[in-house]
Amino acid sequence: MGEKEEVKLLGVWYSPYAIRPKIALRLKSVDYDYVEENLFGSKSELLLKSNPVHKKVPVLLHNNKPIVESLNIVEYIDETWNSSAPSILPSHPYDRALARFWSDFVDNKWFPALRMAAITKSEDAKAKAMEEVEEGLLQLEDAFVSISKGKPFFGGEAIGFMDICFGSFVVLLKAREKFKAEKLLDESKTPSLCKWADRFLSDETVKNVAPEIEKVAEFLQELEVRAQSAASRS
Amino acid sequence: MGKNEEVKLLGIWASPFSRRIEMALKLKGVPYEYLEEDLENKSSLLLALSPIHKKIPVLVHNGKTIIESHVILEYIDETWKHNPILPQDPFQRSKARVLAKLVDEKIVNVGFASLAKTEKGREVLIEQTRELIMCLEKELAGKDYFGGKTVGFLDFVAGSMIPFCLERAWEGMGVEMITEKKFPEYNKWVKKLKEVEIVVDCIPLREKHIEHMNNMAEKIRSA
Ligand SMILES: N[C@@H](CCC(=O)N[C@@H](CS)C(=O)NCC(=O)O)C(=O)O
Ligand SMILES: N[C@@H](CCC(=O)N[C@@H](CS)C(=O)NCC(=O)O)C(=O)O
Repeated sequence: MGEKEEVKLLGVWYSPYAIRPKIALRLKSVDYDYVEENLFGSKSELLLKSNPVHKKVPVLLHNNKPIVESLNIVEYIDETWNSSAPSILPSHPYDRALARFWSDFVDNKWFPALRMAAITKSEDAKAKAMEEVEEGLLQLEDAFVSISKGKPFFGGEAIGFMDICFGSFVVLLKAREKFKAEKLLDESKTPSLCKWADRFLSDETVKNVAPEIEKVAEFLQELEVRAQSAASRS
Repeated sequence: MGKNEEVKLLGIWASPFSRRIEMALKLKGVPYEYLEEDLENKSSLLLALSPIHKKIPVLVHNGKTIIESHVILEYIDETWKHNPILPQDPFQRSKARVLAKLVDEKIVNVGFASLAKTEKGREVLIEQTRELIMCLEKELAGKDYFGGKTVGFLDFVAGSMIPFCLERAWEGMGVEMITEKKFPEYNKWVKKLKEVEIVVDCIPLREKHIEHMNNMAEKIRSA
């Protein structure tokens, strides 16, 4: 890449989605400016302008071109800085398809169930959603075993696309463990995923960009208190 | 391409998700065996190949199973590299992918929800649908197809879903959703799509499809 590059990332520190492009940019040794958004106050003009449909973070601005949706951003980074580091997606089409399939599973099936469990008021719905979350973890355990083929990560020897996707939620799971005494990643049910999660969190690249679990736990607790007082007021 | 390639597609005649895969395979000139599924009575093959989602389309290529239409389209493009369907430039690729998600996640949701409502609740959803389709209208400005001069990934995703599926359902209900006046680029694009043989080959028969969509809407409303 020759000419002067301008790379800017809009995010919020606690967002799992924002961790993804941070990891990818670091893997590719790309320098960038980071802009922290405030989703509780008002969103910046830049955010509204660059992501007018979803109005969500993260957004990557590369020479003023906006790229949205975290996994899509990771893929863009992989394709744009393709000579500076090993690729993030696997190289074989079928392995790429598996990485894409499982990351879609995480974002569109597994995580929505976890969110449902966290926000629903109905005990029945909560129990049902938690069942789905746990079943999803078992499926992800199997996927890890078959995709990693005995290597440390979904991506093989180093973290790759699916590690970035699912790993970004590990921070959240660990934070929930802290303030809810709920153990979702259970050694006896998903032993390989548990070991993978620890490896992921101690990876040098990840350590550098992931928020502290303690701080995320405090933040989640604060959110819950806020939601409860809002509910009791109405 | 090797001689002994096995390519199988599990689909449903009326499903935009499997129709778009057929378009891509035809564009690439990849011969495939098509297996029609019955969702009321899923085949043991479908359940074995897609145990989690149990949905079509499923592509089987030399014994490997690929699921989810976007994933399948990317796989096809990477496996048979001639006649590329995704743009070459990373920024254009990222736009195509995001708009494809907009079609399949947002436009489909509000579009189908508008079918479920009786007249009264419908107006709001219709407006929301129009707003989203405006994103596509803007993207088409100055182009023949989303892919530029030739059809590609987003043409298959949006084409299978909007003009040749949702619009037929709206037509069945007498809703004029995407007017010439407000959406000139979109309407020009649909006309151009109808000139592309591999697309036309993969569009469900009109009368039968409208009837199918009407029945579906009826079912949603009475559920
Ligand atoms: N699918 C999106 C999800 C991003 C997302 O949900 N971001 C949240 C922060 S964690 C957000 O910006 N929410 C703002 C809002 O919903 O108004 C992605 O992968 O980037
Ligand atoms: N996200 C999927 C959607 C596929 C889908 O919804 N397929 C429907 C038919 S149109 C299906 O198989 N449904 C079966 C079911 O829900 O039981 C894709 O893009 O492939």
